[in-house]
Order: sequence, then C-alpha cells, then structure tokens
Amino acid sequence: MSNMATTATQAEDTNSKTSLGFWIYLMTDCVLFASLFATFAVLRNNTAGGPSAEELFELPYVLAETLILLTSSFTAGLAILAVKNKSRAQVLLWLGITFVLGLAFLILEIYEFSHLYNDGHTWQTSAFLSSYFTLVGTHGFHIFVGLIWLGVMVSQIYKKGINNSVVKRLGLFSLFWHFLDIIWIFIFTFVYLMKGVYL
Amino acid sequence: MNSNSDKKYNQYIPYVTGFITSIILTLAAFYFVESNVFEDIQLAIIISVLAIGQLFIQLYYFLHMGKESKPRWNLNSFAFMVLIVLILVVGSLWIMHNLNYSHTQNQNIDEVIMEEENIYR
Repeated sequence: MSNMATTATQAEDTNSKTSLGFWIYLMTDCVLFASLFATFAVLRNNTAGGPSAEELFELPYVLAETLILLTSSFTAGLAILAVKNKSRAQVLLWLGITFVLGLAFLILEIYEFSHLYNDGHTWQTSAFLSSYFTLVGTHGFHIFVGLIWLGVMVSQIYKKGINNSVVKRLGLFSLFWHFLDIIWIFIFTFVYLMKGVYL
Repeated sequence: MNSNSDKKYNQYIPYVTGFITSIILTLAAFYFVESNVFEDIQLAIIISVLAIGQLFIQLYYFLHMGKESKPRWNLNSFAFMVLIVLILVVGSLWIMHNLNYSHTQNQNIDEVIMEEENIYR
C-alpha cells in the first residue's frame, strides 16, 4: 500500500517537473516573440515608399480571426474540464471544435497573406512588411504545429481512451494553446489596431 | 448527487468568466479604434491597457496562474520573462529612436537634435 503511494507521488512529481519544463519553454518562446515585436515596432514606419499598415489591413477581418482564436482557446479549456470529468465523448467534441476553429484561423491568415502577396505586397517590399510577415508568420507556424499536436492527441484519445499520459499531454497542449491566444492579443493590438497610430 | 452536479457546474465559471471578459475587452478595443474620437497617443494608451488587462484575465482564468503553492517556480520564471521582455522591447525602441538622429538626411543634424531636445542657443 505504502509502495503504491510512493509510486503515485513519484508520478505526480514527474508530471509537475514536465509541466514546469514546458512552462519554461513557453517563457523562452515569449522572449522569441518579444524580439520579433521589438523588430516590428522599430521598423513599422519604414515602408520604403511601399504601402503602410494603415493602407493594407482591414480591421473587421482581423477581428473575426481574433474572436475565432479566442473561442478555440475557450473550447480547449472546456476539453480540459471534460478530461477531469472523465467524459471521453465530451473531450473529443471540444477538442474537435478547437481543431476546426484553429484551422479556420489558420486558413483566414493564409488567405490574408496570399491576398497581400498577390497584390505585390511581399516581404521584399519594405522593412515594415518583412517584420510583419516574420512576426505574424511565426505565430501562424506555432498554430500549425499546435494543430498537428491536437490531431495526434485526438487520435490517441480515440484509440487509447483517457489514461494518465494523455491527461498530462492534454494539460501541456492547453497551456500552449492559451499561450498562443495571449500572443495573438498583442499582435492584434500592436500590429493591427495601432495601424493608424503614429507616435 | 445535487452537490456533485453543483461542483461540475462551478468548474465552468472561471472559463466562462475569462471568455466573456476577453470578448468584451477585444470588442472595446476595436470600438475605440473605429470610433476615431481619440488622439493617437490616447488611443495607443487605451488599447495597450485593454490588451494588458486581457493578458491578466487570461493568465488568471485560463492558465490558472497565482494558484500554485510555494516555491512558485511558474510565477518566478514568468516574472523573469517579463523582465527580459521589457529590457528587450523598451531597450530596442529607446536605442533605435536615438539612432534615428544619425540616419537623418538633414545636413544640419545638430539643429535637428537641438530642436527635438528643446535646446536653445
């Protein structure tokens, strides 16, 4: 009995270490995004005669992207609650909705990028657009990786059900997904909403 | 049975609160930008405050920060990250703002600097 208790404590200890390790990865990712934000903030008025942010970005479109990503962050949280209630059908439902919303966000963003590209506003146009594509593209790449992760989790839950390692991985995934939503708030604010602000 | 379903129901409250507050803050920021009633500097401050507010809302309600027990490694590493981010962003903007002087095409760079720094002969 005491042996089992020791094993359980050890497992919990490993889980909290894994969780802390992943958290520290997220913190370093914040530093990565901070350097991209700083680059964008420095270069955003250097349009080299090309179009400025004010001319290019359409706020209602980006607001839709923002609300979609926010909702997917919320449904990822609901999936975690469903894990706690040990309801496999609900976990799959909420994760499925999270996946569809995340994919919708990514498609909207790729559409926006291709629209800019086809109009001749590429990353080679100006320092402003280089830093814009790098910052927003890096976030989009994180979303892409998150979607692959989410797809793998869904198939694992579908095949194996909810076991301890699945619970642990889902916890880490939800941290990652909420974190990406927080990064997006700042992209929405400082890249898009401030497009007409000249300080 | 009743208390059990109550408990289940209560779990949802933090997530729903965080979600609704985040939507309100996002829409408020969007509204302030579209309404066009503020000066640039005021608008920048308002929507920055709304973004930072939403950061704290989501950290608390979605990422459950501040609920861990000592030694609070998550909170400590977060605080250190904030310090690095501030040095990086504020430092970059500060340095590049000063460097802009040496990029100025104007011949009378001394006069440009004196004018911007409110130095009078």
